[in-house]
Amino acid sequence: MKNLWLVIQREYLTRVRRKSFILATLLMPLGMAVFVVVVQFIFSYGNDEQQRIVVVDEANIFNNTLPDSKNIYFKFRSDPLDELKANMATDSSYNAILVVPSVTNPRLKNFRVEYFSDDPLALDTELAINRRVEKAMRKYKTTALELDAKAIAALETEVSIKTRKITVEEGEDDDTSMAGIIGAGLGSVMGFLMYISIFVYGMMVMRSVMEEKMNRIVEVVISSVKPTTLLLGKIIGVGGVGLTQVLAWMILIPGVLFVVSLIFGFDPETAEQLQAGSAASQVDPDELQSIVEKTLAGLDEMNWWVIIPSFLLYFLCGYFMYAAMFAAIGSAMGDDMGEGQSLTLIVMIPVILGFYIMMAALQAPNSSLAVGSSFVPLFAPIVMPARLPFGPPAWQIIGSLFITIAFSGFMVWLAGRIYRVGILNYGKKGSLKDMGRWLFSKY
Amino acid sequence: MVQNHILMTPPIIAVNNVRKAYGEKVAVNDVTFAMPPDAILGLLGPNGAGKTSLIRMITTITAPDSGHIEFNGQPLSGFHPTQIGYLPEERGLYKKMYVGEHLLYLARLKGMDKKEATTAAKEWLAKFGLENHWDKKVEELSKGMQQQVQFIATVIHNPKLLILDEPFSGLDPVNATRMRQEILRLHAEGTGVIFSTHRMEQVEELCEYIVLINQGANILEGKVADIRRRFQDDKFHLEYEGDLPAVLKERYEIINPTPSGVDIQLRDGQKANDLLRLLLDADVHIIGFQELLPSLNEVFIKQVTQLDPTNTNPFDTQEA
Repeated sequence: MKNLWLVIQREYLTRVRRKSFILATLLMPLGMAVFVVVVQFIFSYGNDEQQRIVVVDEANIFNNTLPDSKNIYFKFRSDPLDELKANMATDSSYNAILVVPSVTNPRLKNFRVEYFSDDPLALDTELAINRRVEKAMRKYKTTALELDAKAIAALETEVSIKTRKITVEEGEDDDTSMAGIIGAGLGSVMGFLMYISIFVYGMMVMRSVMEEKMNRIVEVVISSVKPTTLLLGKIIGVGGVGLTQVLAWMILIPGVLFVVSLIFGFDPETAEQLQAGSAASQVDPDELQSIVEKTLAGLDEMNWWVIIPSFLLYFLCGYFMYAAMFAAIGSAMGDDMGEGQSLTLIVMIPVILGFYIMMAALQAPNSSLAVGSSFVPLFAPIVMPARLPFGPPAWQIIGSLFITIAFSGFMVWLAGRIYRVGILNYGKKGSLKDMGRWLFSKY
Repeated sequence: MVQNHILMTPPIIAVNNVRKAYGEKVAVNDVTFAMPPDAILGLLGPNGAGKTSLIRMITTITAPDSGHIEFNGQPLSGFHPTQIGYLPEERGLYKKMYVGEHLLYLARLKGMDKKEATTAAKEWLAKFGLENHWDKKVEELSKGMQQQVQFIATVIHNPKLLILDEPFSGLDPVNATRMRQEILRLHAEGTGVIFSTHRMEQVEELCEYIVLINQGANILEGKVADIRRRFQDDKFHLEYEGDLPAVLKERYEIINPTPSGVDIQLRDGQKANDLLRLLLDADVHIIGFQELLPSLNEVFIKQVTQLDPTNTNPFDTQEA
């Protein structure tokens, strides 16, 4: 036990104080901040080329009023089209002509306007024109068809689904309308965290094993420590490193993003533009308020007492089982690192498959695929965290956890058997067949 | 063994009928030997003979398939590694660790507490003139210094048994001499030493007792002097001045004539005394006369070819 602790300490301390670790831990949030700023800049850039459009309103649907928008200006002219076209080259006051033909039949379903310009029609200009013509046509048709504007407005109905639980526990709100979205959000965060951690820190364990083997320090160490102790210490130590890094990021990333938003500020106009066309722009403040409230309420209603401990267990199991597998692979590597790369594929394939199943499970958390995968220990640590917020039945959580814990223990044992032979096998890399043989060899 | 317990202190290491196979390949086949009480034990054999496999069992890294090993008369257990210092043939250090920290880590794994490990590490570093390197990273050290640190890590916990697998390989002469001195000093202070190598001349310098291993089996064992005597084959070296009588060449086989002397091979029934008498009668000016004992290399080759006539030079074939 004392030796295990010494190994954990060494693995943890030598990694945490490395420059590369400190840099990665600090630079990652900064990198994200830079990314956010750059993205914001790119989006806010938009079209800085002024579009001055002459509108020939033959249908007279606009009533000579057309609001301009950023960098798009409309001007009404009644000159003949040919003349406008001819003058375009010399007259710098406009660079495009929009012709709205007269409407012959107010019941028409399709309406085509014409846009003359030598420049291609930019997407934002097209959107602006479309929206304006549609709005004007609507108004025009309402009058032409002698319809009641209020009645028409009443035709539009926004439908939302309020889901209610039938069996409501005391103190619990039966309203679960936001649960799906919140669940998917939370589930994807947890599943993704699992997936990334397995890769990053599993690989770190593998490199650590390979490093020891290549440095030829391993034989010295295992003359004092049992190979399984060394392996376990390594997995726990590197796990601690991962935990430290993730915790640091959880504090640093929101902090840095907050500072960045303070310094650069979010330009309200760009934010509006970003949302233009999306449904959010139509949401009125009251509704937004209620969404925020519902989200908070939904988060509050999550069964954290189940989600957090189960997630932690899945996280530990997933990390242990995959780190052990990576360690076994690392121990089989020969002196030529490149040669062994193909071996890592064996471990990476189930992780990647698990990730895709997790994505599917987010959409249909109770599909037979999602439920089935929860009982496949290689997938469960990635899939189950994504399902947890949707409140899977207790028997599934317990059963899946039981299988996963047992399997990860088994996996550590199995990896230990390969590891203890692999680390002393210098030179050529071990094949899968070799690893199978090592598994059953006495030592 | 029972008698051993009563009559004397048990040997530090006793290997009894130990066998170890890796799959089809038998690495160690029924090997038995005991450490002599006050001699450095040389474990000799060509590469691939099974020395490292045997050592890994003594250091409890692996366990024998059958047979057993005793440490000071007790069956080898998980506790004994703290009393063994092992310098493997394939050895290295963590490149990114600091020298002092590295020594502390290995010493504490051997059961020392932090305080005594610190004292011991400082003492040993000073002994090798490395006291200023405590806060240096291992990768900043020269190769020779790294080897010294490895040696310190092997002996820092005052082991009762020191196992050195090819300790001099890759060492420059200065470091090799210093290490040899330290090994002899530790041995004089009562540390048991097993010295494994395929280099015969190194064994002759250090060991008084050897165990010869070939193809997993113990093929010869005993005191170096005894073994060489056992394998002496009536060869003598004569140093003289002047001319040798013609009758000598008629009666005796003369090999390797050099300006200062000749080697003489005695045949069946010929005696050294008769040879000397003949030389004295002929009034040859004798400067020296001594029996030529075979080198361990010769002994080894002889023994191996005797057991397996097809294998004329085990070292050449194994090393290729």
